[in-house]
Order: sequence, then C-alpha cells, then structure tokens
Amino acid sequence: MKQSKRTLLSTLLCAALAVSGALPALAEDVEPIQINEDLSVSGDYDWTRFAEDHITLNVYNWGLYISDGSDESVDVLSAFEELTGIKVNYTTFDSNESLYAKMKSGGASYDVIFPSDYMVGKMIQEGMLAELDYSNIPNFSRIGEDYRGWSFDPDNAYSVPYTWGTTGIIYNTTMVEEAPTRWADLWDVEYAGNVLMFNNSRDAYAIAAKKLGRSLNPGSVDEVDLVMKELQAQKSVVQAYVMDEIFDKMEGGEAAMAPYYAGDALTMIEDNPDLAFVSPEEGVNFFVDSMCVPATSRHKEAAELFINYMCEPTVAYQNCDFIGYSTPLTEVWEMLDDDLKYSPIAYPDESVMSKAEVFVTLPDDVNAEMDAKWSEMKSYDESGSGWLVVAFLLAALAVSAFNIWRKMRKKVRDNY
Amino acid sequence: MKTWKRQNRHLLQRTYLILIFGFMYLPIAVLIAYSFNENKSRAVFTGFSLKWYVSLFHNEMILSALGLSLVLALVSSVVATVLGTLATIGINSMSRKMQLVINNISYVPVVNPEIITGVSLMLLFVMTQKMGIGGEEGVFGWPTLLIAHITFNVPYVIFNVSPKLRQLDSSLYNAALDLGCTPRQAFFKVILPQLSPAILSAFLICLTYSIDDFMISYFNCGTMQTLPIAIYSMTRKKVSPEINALSTIMFLVILAIILTSNAIDSRAYKRNQAAIRRDAANA
Amino acid sequence: MLRSKASRWAAAPYLVWMCIFIVVPLAIVVWYALTDANGFFTLANLTGIGRYASVFGRSLLLAAEATVICLVLAFPVGYFLSRLRANKQHIMLMLVMLPMWMNFLLRTYAWMTLLEKNGLINKLLGLFGIGPFNMINTSGAVVLGMVYNYLPYMILPLYTAMTKIDNSVVEAAQDLGANVFQILLRVLIPLARPGIATGITMVFVPAVSTFIISRMLGGGANLLIGDLIELQFLGNSYNLNLGSAMSLVLMVIVLLCMSFTSSFDEEEMEGVM
Repeated sequence: MKQSKRTLLSTLLCAALAVSGALPALAEDVEPIQINEDLSVSGDYDWTRFAEDHITLNVYNWGLYISDGSDESVDVLSAFEELTGIKVNYTTFDSNESLYAKMKSGGASYDVIFPSDYMVGKMIQEGMLAELDYSNIPNFSRIGEDYRGWSFDPDNAYSVPYTWGTTGIIYNTTMVEEAPTRWADLWDVEYAGNVLMFNNSRDAYAIAAKKLGRSLNPGSVDEVDLVMKELQAQKSVVQAYVMDEIFDKMEGGEAAMAPYYAGDALTMIEDNPDLAFVSPEEGVNFFVDSMCVPATSRHKEAAELFINYMCEPTVAYQNCDFIGYSTPLTEVWEMLDDDLKYSPIAYPDESVMSKAEVFVTLPDDVNAEMDAKWSEMKSYDESGSGWLVVAFLLAALAVSAFNIWRKMRKKVRDNY
Repeated sequence: MKTWKRQNRHLLQRTYLILIFGFMYLPIAVLIAYSFNENKSRAVFTGFSLKWYVSLFHNEMILSALGLSLVLALVSSVVATVLGTLATIGINSMSRKMQLVINNISYVPVVNPEIITGVSLMLLFVMTQKMGIGGEEGVFGWPTLLIAHITFNVPYVIFNVSPKLRQLDSSLYNAALDLGCTPRQAFFKVILPQLSPAILSAFLICLTYSIDDFMISYFNCGTMQTLPIAIYSMTRKKVSPEINALSTIMFLVILAIILTSNAIDSRAYKRNQAAIRRDAANA
Repeated sequence: MLRSKASRWAAAPYLVWMCIFIVVPLAIVVWYALTDANGFFTLANLTGIGRYASVFGRSLLLAAEATVICLVLAFPVGYFLSRLRANKQHIMLMLVMLPMWMNFLLRTYAWMTLLEKNGLINKLLGLFGIGPFNMINTSGAVVLGMVYNYLPYMILPLYTAMTKIDNSVVEAAQDLGANVFQILLRVLIPLARPGIATGITMVFVPAVSTFIISRMLGGGANLLIGDLIELQFLGNSYNLNLGSAMSLVLMVIVLLCMSFTSSFDEEEMEGVM
C-alpha cells in the first residue's frame, strides 16, 4: 500500500474548504439536523436547495454496498430523500468492468458511481469523470489523511473515498481439514469442486499473480498470458465463478473456500459462524472504493450533495456497520463497536498491510489483453468439444447447401 | 384381454402425464412453499410466516420496477397495437411480392434470438449517441426501452391480425360503401368491429411479452430497471425470500387471469353455440 | 376489399419503423463485426472468434441435447393430450402454458434451490442414504434448466400437429398388426413432422443463445455463446466489435438451423403435391 501520495491537499481544495467555512471544528457550533433516531446531518449545510426541483439522482453502486433497510438496517437512501427532496434511483453492478462497459456504451446517465481505485484512474484518463467542486462536499475534511491523494487521483479532484479493504480467503472451518493460509490453497485438487473464484478479471488475476510471487499489476502482455495460464489451470478445481452470489453459497455451505473482500467476509461470518477469514501469506490487494460523478451527469451539484451526505458520520456509520467494509472517516471508526473497530479482518495489522498492493491503472494494450484472456480462460474447455463446433458447422452447411440445391432444382423443374 | 390392455395403457398415460406435470410444477411449488418460510435460509423450514410478503411491499426497488414494467408494457402495447393494425391493413392491400418481403422482415425479431435483437438495438442507440443525438446524457433509458418493446411487439400484432383480416367478408365493406359510407366510416363501423377480437388478443400478447421480457430490456435499459431486471439483480445477490413471495404473487395473478379469461371464453363459446342452435332452429 | 391505393399508406409508419429498428440495427451489427474500434475495415473480429470455438461447440452441443430431450419427453405428452376429451384437453393445455407465463428468471432460480449441494433434492436423497451429488454448476444442470424452461415450446406445436391425426389412422395400423414402435415410426412421427420441426426451432434457438441459464445453473464456468456476447457488450471484456462478430455467427447458426427444420415443412408440401 505504499504508493506515492501527497500529504498536502491541493490548493484548490484548501481554498474551497476555506470559502465554505465548513471545517468540522466550526460545524460543531451549529445544531445538527436530526432526520430520524439513527441519522443526523450537519446543520450548516443547505440540504434542501433542490427540494423544489424534482430531481432524480441515478446512483450506481456495487450490490450489497449500502445500508438499504434490509435485515432491519437503517435505510439511508430514503432518509436522504426525506431530507433533501431529491429522489434516488438506486441500481447496482457487480464488477468495475461491467460498470465501465455500461458507462462506455454511452448508455446510462448516472450521477454518482462507486468505482475502485484503478477504475477511477482509467475513467479519469478517458475523461469520463467530472471534477468535483469541494465547496459542495465540506465533509471531505473528515476523510482521514491516510486515505487521500492516492496515485490514481493524487489531488482527489475526481473522487471521494467511500470505503477501503483488503482481499483474502474466506473458508468453511467444517469443510477444510487444515485452514488455508496461502492463495495457492485455492489450487488444491483436494478441494476440487469446492472452490469458488472471483468472477472479474482484475481480482482473479491478482490472486494468480500473487500465487506466482508477482506484482498484481502486470507490466507486459506476456506477463498477462503467463499468469492467465495459472487461472486456466485452476479451472478444474473451481466450482463456480461468482461475485455477490458468494454470500448464499458460502453461508449455505455450498463451497469450502473462496476469495473475497474482507468486509463481505465479516457479514458472512456473522450469518454463519463456521466461516473464517484469512489474509494469505503471499500478500493481498488493498483497495479503495470511491464516489465519483460521471462527466455526463446532469445534476452534478445534487450528486455532490449526495456524496457529502454519504460522508456524514452517522450515515457512514450505518453503512459501515451494515456492509462491514472499513471506513476512511476517522470519526466513524471511533464510533464503531469494539469488535468491528479492532477486527483484524476489517482493519488488518501491519503484517498484512506491509504486503498489500494497490491496483494501478493498466496501459490499454495490457488491459485489452487481460480482458481477452479472461474470456478465453472462461471459454476454455478441457474436454476439447471445440472440434464439435467444426463438425457441426460443416454438417449444417452441407444440409443447407443440399436444401438450396434442391430448392433450385425444384424451381427449374417448375419453370419448365 | 383387450379391456385389460386398454386399462393398462390408460394407467401408463396417466402416470406419464403426472410425472411430466410434476416436473413442470415441482420447482414452482418449492418456490411458493419457501415464500412462507420464517427462516431466511433456503436450507431449513422453521415455521410459517408472512413477513416476506410484508417486506416485499416495502421494497421500493421492486415496487418501482413493477411500476415501470406496467407502464412500459401498457404504452408499448398500445403503440404496437395501433402501429401493427394499421400496418396489417396497409400490407393487405399491397402486391403479393411486397407482402412477402415485409412479412419476412417482420419475422426477423420473432425468430432471431432475443439477445441479437437486444444487442442490435443497443448498437443502433450507441451509434445515434455517437452522432450526438440525445445530447450529453444520451438516449438510453425510457425512450430506448419503449422503442425496443414496440419493435419486438409489432410483429406479433401483425401476425395475429392479418389472418383475421384476410378472412373478413369483403362484401360487408362494399355494402357499406354502396350505402353511402365514406371509406373511413366503413372502416371504423364495419371492419374494425370485426377485427377487434383479434386486435384485443394481440394487445394482450404484447402486454405479456413486454412484462416478461428480460433479454432485450437488459441491453437497452440505461439507468432504468424493469421488473425482470430487478429480479435478475436480486438473484445475483444474497437472495432474499422476498423473491419467493414475488414469485407466488405473480403465479397467483397469472392463474387468476387465465382462469377468468377462460371463463369468459367458455361463456362466449356457449353463447355462440346457443346462437348457432337458435339460428338453426329458425331456419 | 380495402385494396385501395390509399389504404396502403396505413402501413407507412410501420414500414419506416421497421427499416429504422429492424433492418438498420442488423446492418449495424454487420458493420461493427467488420470494423475495428477506430472504424476501419478488418476481419480480425471474425477470425478472432476461432479462439472461442469451444464455447460455440459447447453451446451447440448443450442446446442440441436439450432439444432432443425435450422432443423425447414432449412427444408422448403431445400425443396423450391430443387423445383426451375436448374439455379436458383445454384444461391440460392451460396447465402446460401456465409455467410459461411465469418469468423465466424465477423458474430458473427455483432450480437453484433444488440442485444445490444442500438443496432439496440432495436432502431428500440423503434421507435414503444416497448422495450428496454435485448437481449445480455442471453442464447437466444447464441442460436441465433448458429442458425445463423450453419444454412447453415443444409440447404445444407437437400437440397442435397431433390433434390433426385421426384416431382411426392409429386404429387401422393397429388392426393391420403394427406394434407400438411401428405405429410410432410409420404413422405418428411422419404425421407430426410439422410440429416436430416447429418444436425443434422453438427450443433450439433460445437454448443456443441463452446466457441466464448458464450463469445461474452453470456457475459461470460453462460459458455459452450468449454469455460470451453479453461479456463483450455489458460485461468484463468490453469489445463491441468482437461481440457483433459473435452475434453475426450466432445469427448464421440460427439461420442454418431454420433452413434445416423448414426443409421438413417443404417435404411435407411436396408430399401433399
């Protein structure tokens, strides 16, 4: 995680904060607005300026990544609607890549999105994000120094950290003989058919790369090919490639082990105490998921208001408490229950963090190779039924040629 | 000997049909049973509860998706029905060759795999966006969904209405003209009433296809979520028994619709039969 | 009747619609399939599909398996239904169609519950001391999902074709000493041919292009053509050009399949003539 980062905020940001005068020290003077018994927001911010405008914000987030009222949690979205009069159209995606595809196909006009580090970088490069106006997001000052200024967005000009975390292996203690300690254990043939795997190229690649003792950021196309071979070799062991489906499968004892994000592991362990989590020895991925506003957003200021709301301590606390991911907001961390606050899963110690690595945005050719190899890896079939396609196509071709020939013959016959 | 054999055969038939229907209904029965499970887990049945129905009706995502699906189905079906009926009348008066060409093209969305219809429309919209139509925020969303739904619905209208139009007795129309109707009056007073059952059934078919469609909407929905898309995103997460409750309700609604339409049909059939008998008696 | 020139104009709105939203999109698919990301002509997309030959093979194979199983299962159903009394037929038809009206995502989801390792089927088998079996996330589960979802599409056309077979034909064959298999091969199958052809198309086409069933029941490891296309358009490997090329190939496959089944129909016609 030792990336180059700036300790100082950009001058722009400082100026913005000074103008708005919303530093937390000052904010305490104003009585907070109580939305309901669990949520309150700072009182010196104009939350209701869009109340009459009938705005609908399109928010696109990861699945199960907000406190949405399910399982007796607090519904932060309806509280936001109640507070601001802005309607939220909340939909979910399941990987950075599908978020990118959806944005890129020009389709969706989202107002707030939640990409991870490397995807923020990629989107900045391609001009897909709007620069944030921090006078609308005074709560940015609550973000801990450690979580600002990552290399993908050194000035935080485009992104506000939402949560962070690490990856690791979640396993069912009743189904494994020996607790896994390394990524390599996901290749163990003893657990063939009992292993789940990430269903997105970047996370899956990172695991194979770490297993081989390489960086999870490939330097060349050849390196991608090499590491992807490792994933191909794993295929016979893997039961299924999953993203959020993992919750049901691990909690229901459908598989023995799976790699996933630490925050979700906490949720799963809470529901099924047989589960446990380990940070593999080879080193893990440290990620920061951020809130951004796409360049095509029609309601940029309202989107910034939403981001500011998400950084309100009580709101962020409910989210953290529900989704289990680690918070970049110092105040919120202090509010947490002790078992989450000092959880080695959510807030791992130096031994894990020193070996953690952050994704960087890859050059286009390497990225394209990774995408292509990923679909190829998933298409790969050991049984070699590939030849069947040739046989089938030839047969079909022969039949249709015969049909056409017959039809033509018939036509000729009819004509005379 | 022969009766024994026949009985045996009947038994065999019945067992086979029961097995097949069991296969078809077992999963649905399981879905419904688990909607009443008190426990969230699919592994155990701990007790009877209606709480998933309660939480379903508080799930704003599902309710708004349902609302969108209903409005979309209604609007697209109305437009498709009008467009399709007009088209049928127009096509009917064209040369045979033209009819063949148009019908063949109209068949494309019906026989093409849904994924291709969806993808090809998506590419069209991506292209329009690249040309700058739709402005900054693009065209995806309500307009694209509506266009997509109308596009795959219209052919069903055409193929439902055109056989009826061909069966129509043309002398009625001509008689109306002879009696001084304008062609327009003749159309609305004579042709349309006769076509209306076919048009109505086409409309209903459109409604159901539209509500049920996932594949084509999936590629063209933008930020919107129709009910099938919401269901899809639910099955990809931690699955909540709300989805079972939703299945149960949908099953019951469909059952009710089919039973009532059936009852109406059979009553109409009986009335028809009675009328025929009366006519026969009069003659 | 109604054959006035003026009434032709009634079709004009639809014709415009048809051109823009049916013809043009297909042309765009072809265009994208034959160009690269910068819009230059290339055949690389089409040749690149060779890498995914195994996916196409698997899709065709699984869809063919599902179609054959559907045919075998549905044939007796169609026949038995067509021999029932009229009012009973009506009810049974409703029963066949009822599951079709339910959203197919929900139907497929139902099988997830049944097939899981700790699912109902394994639990039931466990009572008898058998199992547990690995059923979900296999290609067998995908075929099962296809058969389950598309069985009604096979039953209905078969039933329609068989209602046209007069009982006396079967009885005549019986009286002439034909056994069950002879009746099946010589009488029923030839007479039900149009239904068989329609049924095969109606099952094979959606089965070969699905991506939901393989994703929900196949665990993402049994990729089908549909998955691959989805992956290029809205999934992990964003590549519209490659996706279009794949769609093009899929379309060709479907066309071939249709020409294959429609040849049955033609023979039927020839036989009549």
